[in-house]
Amino acid sequence: MTALTFMGKRGMTAFTFVSRRGYLPVLVTLGLLVAVFVVGSILYYPDFGTGQVVVNLFIDNGFLLVTAVGMTFVILSGGIDLSVGAVVALGAMLCAWLTGMGWPAWLAIVTAIAAGALLGFIQGYVIHEFEIQPFIATLAGMFLARGLCFVISIEQIPIKDPFFDWVQTPIAVPGDMFIKPTVILVLVIVAIAYWMLHYTRFGRNVYAVGGSAQSALLMGLPLGRTRILTYVVSGVCSAIAGVLFGVYTLSGSGLHAVGMELDAIAAVVIGGTLLTGGYGYVLGTLLGVMLLGTIKTLLNFQGTLSSWWTRIAIGVLLFVFIVLQRALGTRRRSAGV
Amino acid sequence: MTPPILEMRGISKAFPGVRALDDVSFRLLPGEVHALMGENGAGKSTLIKVLTGVYTADAGDVLLAGNPVVIGGPHQAQEAGISTVYQEVNLCPNLSVAENIFIGRGKVRWKQARARAAELLTRFDLDIDPALPLGAYSIAIQQLVAIVRAVDISAKVLVLDEPTSSLDRDEVARLFAVMRRLREDGVAILFVSHFLEQVFDISDRVTVLRNGRLVGEYETGALTRATLIGHMTGRVLEALEELHAPGEHAPDSAQPVLRAEGIGRKGGIAPFDLTIHSGEVVGFAGLLGSGRTEAARLLFGADGSDSGQLSIDGKPVTLKSPGAAIEHGVAFCPENRKTEGLVEDLTVGENIMLALQAARGWVRQVTDSDDLVRRWITALRITPSDPDAIAGNLSGGNQQKVLLARWLITQPKLLILDEPTRGIDVGAKAEIQKLVVSLADEGKAVLFISAELEEVLRISHKVEVLRDRQMIAELANEGLTPERILATIAGGGTGTVAAEGAAQ
Amino acid sequence: MIKHRLFWPVVALVALLLGNRIVTPGFFSVEVKSGHLYGSLIDILLFGAPLILIALGMVTVIATGGIDLSVGATVAISGALACYIISDQANQGSVGGVLFAVALALVLSLALGLWNGMLVAWLGIQPIIATLILMVAGRGVAQLITSGKIITVNSPPYKLIGGGYWLGLPFAIIVVVVVAAITAVLVRRTALGLLIEAVGGNAEASRLVGIRSRSLIIMAYMFCALCSGIAGLMISSNIAAADGNNAGLWMELDAILAVVIGGTSLIGGRFSLAGTIIGALIIQTISTTIYTAGVPSYRVLVFKAVVVALVCLIQSPAFRAKVFRRRHKRPPPQPKAEVPASDSGDLEVSA
Repeated sequence: MTALTFMGKRGMTAFTFVSRRGYLPVLVTLGLLVAVFVVGSILYYPDFGTGQVVVNLFIDNGFLLVTAVGMTFVILSGGIDLSVGAVVALGAMLCAWLTGMGWPAWLAIVTAIAAGALLGFIQGYVIHEFEIQPFIATLAGMFLARGLCFVISIEQIPIKDPFFDWVQTPIAVPGDMFIKPTVILVLVIVAIAYWMLHYTRFGRNVYAVGGSAQSALLMGLPLGRTRILTYVVSGVCSAIAGVLFGVYTLSGSGLHAVGMELDAIAAVVIGGTLLTGGYGYVLGTLLGVMLLGTIKTLLNFQGTLSSWWTRIAIGVLLFVFIVLQRALGTRRRSAGV
Repeated sequence: MTPPILEMRGISKAFPGVRALDDVSFRLLPGEVHALMGENGAGKSTLIKVLTGVYTADAGDVLLAGNPVVIGGPHQAQEAGISTVYQEVNLCPNLSVAENIFIGRGKVRWKQARARAAELLTRFDLDIDPALPLGAYSIAIQQLVAIVRAVDISAKVLVLDEPTSSLDRDEVARLFAVMRRLREDGVAILFVSHFLEQVFDISDRVTVLRNGRLVGEYETGALTRATLIGHMTGRVLEALEELHAPGEHAPDSAQPVLRAEGIGRKGGIAPFDLTIHSGEVVGFAGLLGSGRTEAARLLFGADGSDSGQLSIDGKPVTLKSPGAAIEHGVAFCPENRKTEGLVEDLTVGENIMLALQAARGWVRQVTDSDDLVRRWITALRITPSDPDAIAGNLSGGNQQKVLLARWLITQPKLLILDEPTRGIDVGAKAEIQKLVVSLADEGKAVLFISAELEEVLRISHKVEVLRDRQMIAELANEGLTPERILATIAGGGTGTVAAEGAAQ
Repeated sequence: MIKHRLFWPVVALVALLLGNRIVTPGFFSVEVKSGHLYGSLIDILLFGAPLILIALGMVTVIATGGIDLSVGATVAISGALACYIISDQANQGSVGGVLFAVALALVLSLALGLWNGMLVAWLGIQPIIATLILMVAGRGVAQLITSGKIITVNSPPYKLIGGGYWLGLPFAIIVVVVVAAITAVLVRRTALGLLIEAVGGNAEASRLVGIRSRSLIIMAYMFCALCSGIAGLMISSNIAAADGNNAGLWMELDAILAVVIGGTSLIGGRFSLAGTIIGALIIQTISTTIYTAGVPSYRVLVFKAVVVALVCLIQSPAFRAKVFRRRHKRPPPQPKAEVPASDSGDLEVSA
């Protein structure tokens, strides 16, 4: 929470925040997050309402957050990326396999990220250049990435490299809490994504392309480059998330992160980003992931409510937000004419 | 006279089967509003697309401030100082007003951009917040923002392609205020509009095209509405054609098939009255953009009307959807065959059966469909006569016949035909005209819309005249000439009184 | 002949089968063992049965211009509900009990289809997004029904659906044949197919000829869900268990793939039931081939990726145009043919 208010004051100038006025869904998400948290704290204090629970959200959902951040770029530009879950698995698999073969950890990680970037580039290129629907192109990418995992190994491969242990050694911080290096990495990635979207020309182009690709082209913006880059960003983010997943599970497997693309899309939508593109924020995605994570944690604490309620809850939230967006979209259009 | 900022010399452009522009020249002076006028197929759009680099001309030169330039695309045109604002605003509704003004223009200091945008907007008397998303504002404002962007890119030439089509009166006034200010600043404005009043209101000079050729360049002040329409339609210059006798069949004075009282739609067409009897052909005449199609769509329920009352066979009805109109025996061939009429993937036979089948519902498949389809293919001489041919592959004329057949097998009481002969060859055109006449003889009521006045006169019993989204007169087709109709359009006021006087 | 739209799918299927015949000599042989038909071809049909069903549903949805991502979830839910009801019965072998369970599972499937259809047709939500909701929540619902466990049933009547034989043929194949036949009759002997193709081919033109597209779209989604529900029964019956987590996983992708391979465009409009069935058989044959070749089944995914990519690229006009242009020196590019009407200020926007 402290991280959020900090970003809110420093990072988001009134200009960029007010300028898009699409923040009602974000506020709804924030409200829900606070509500779920308060309910959890009342029901399960002292276990729930502590700072450590917040930190744990980042530890347990870091890879989802990174994936969803990449997905935010793609969805903002008007596309969709179904390959992210598979790329996460491929990232973890490459780390496990390459370190297992004796490669140094850094080289394995760089290779994994490069693979994600390459796959993202190919998908973006095919989508832009050959006008293939994003959903189909990334579906093929999903098959390919998962298939490659199984080409590497049918079995789960353990990660034994000490580096992967080191990055999740708890570090004590004031307030009787601990964090892990991975948490810092995740926050840095969110910050970079925030900067890219709101303070760089690329970011503005992403919004423009999502708002109207044809207009963007006529205004002289590099449509193709922007589109392809969003898929590269998503590929890189998914690969990094894959490394984090490898760290978290200390293994690589073709069956890792099955269906994570759905969670990522859900988090982005719940975070207030319009699935048709053009409206949304990275910080909304952060809230979306936090909300999903909090619900999961809450259900864990509850005990008798089993894990599948998470999926149902995500589905319900997805429904509510899609209908909310639809209603807002209709209003926006009627206001325009 | 000041040298022109833009000159187009001897521009020709041909497309397969049609000469869109034939040796057209055009010049634009700094600090003037120059209207480009012409009816359908005159070549306005092609000329603008050559100017903005969407098309490359086959022959001719474009000179900017006296220097020949080659324009490779919209972006290059913009860099050369030619900016275009289209009817459908080409900006991003999700970005802020300031972002829309400055994006894509090299390095921008966004902190200062907002102040700069505010400054620009104030210059145009636009009291809007540059930080708000563009989509929060009306189309009119969005268009003005597009103009602000265009002008700020240091446009010497500003092309406004039908900017007023969807604006109301106040918004047009606001746009014109901005245009006048730009004119004072020395910007050359090329203005395309179908509203005659607006052209007389704002433009300094007018260039008229017809059938891809230059008719002439005129000072607006020296033109009357009648002479302008004369130039656009070629009526004054060409010899009068032999008048065709209107149908001898006078409509029976009994119950009208359709009666509209005060039917209208905001932003579409002003409320109008209309009666159509069985056996009667009613023509809609008016220039491009006069509201012909809008009026027809209300009668079919394709758009909802927000005023007035419609009755069919004397009974009041509310047409909430085309389906409801079809149930009452109304049929409508839209002017846009490809996007609103044909399902191009389907076969000729399937396209023909569609309306009847839709009315019957999906359970009861029309059993004698093969016979019906064959009969109509033969009757309308559709080629190829193969019912299994893919509809999208047919020529325009045959596609039109397919759509006619689609409606004729539903045995409608009233058939609305919107530009049924547009873009089809002469032979097919004559066939369709004959068909309309014979349908009326059989007792069907027909509403016939066409940009070609001769055609309207040849087959209609009475003609409704439209101008600037209003129905301004109803003329009986007795000794009526195209000139008389054009005179009515050119005539001042909106009163039917004047028009009725003209009809005497 | 080559122009026929089933030509290439059939060629692909035949080539795959012949390739198998060369590698595995006994591939085409079908024998009768204890009154039942056995053989590789029968296996392809049997294992491909659920996919064929789902693909049939998917193609009708795609024909309306939509897509249904929730079929996999529906498979899981339907199987879970049927197994749950049967496992709860005192006598799992009771035919009446099994029929009751089957009926309830199918009714629930129809309700799920209704839900999807309403979101698309009434709320106007994009089909991908609308069905995503059920895709996400559906597996949770399936696990809710099974309480997160794998419910096993021991019910001979239920086993018949996906793993039994009738008249010497696997019952599942008979079900598929019957469903396919009913679908073909419904689609081609009534006007249903025509109206659906019209809606998918040109929604605005369909509105202007008075087609009530909402009910058609809802029906398509309900039919798709029903097919998925039957497939779900088959899958759970075959393994005599319901697995809310894994039943029907990635099935939606296979189904979409089958539709695309079968020559139906994802844009909607014209659709081919026969092509879709062939498409599903091609996918199943690839899976079987790779399996018999001893390649671990998961690696089939790489193949599928290549097939999806190739089929989509070949169907893409932009790809064909670009490749074509590079191969041959074309005459100077021609503008679009609608030029005569291009001066169409007359497209008066009737906003």
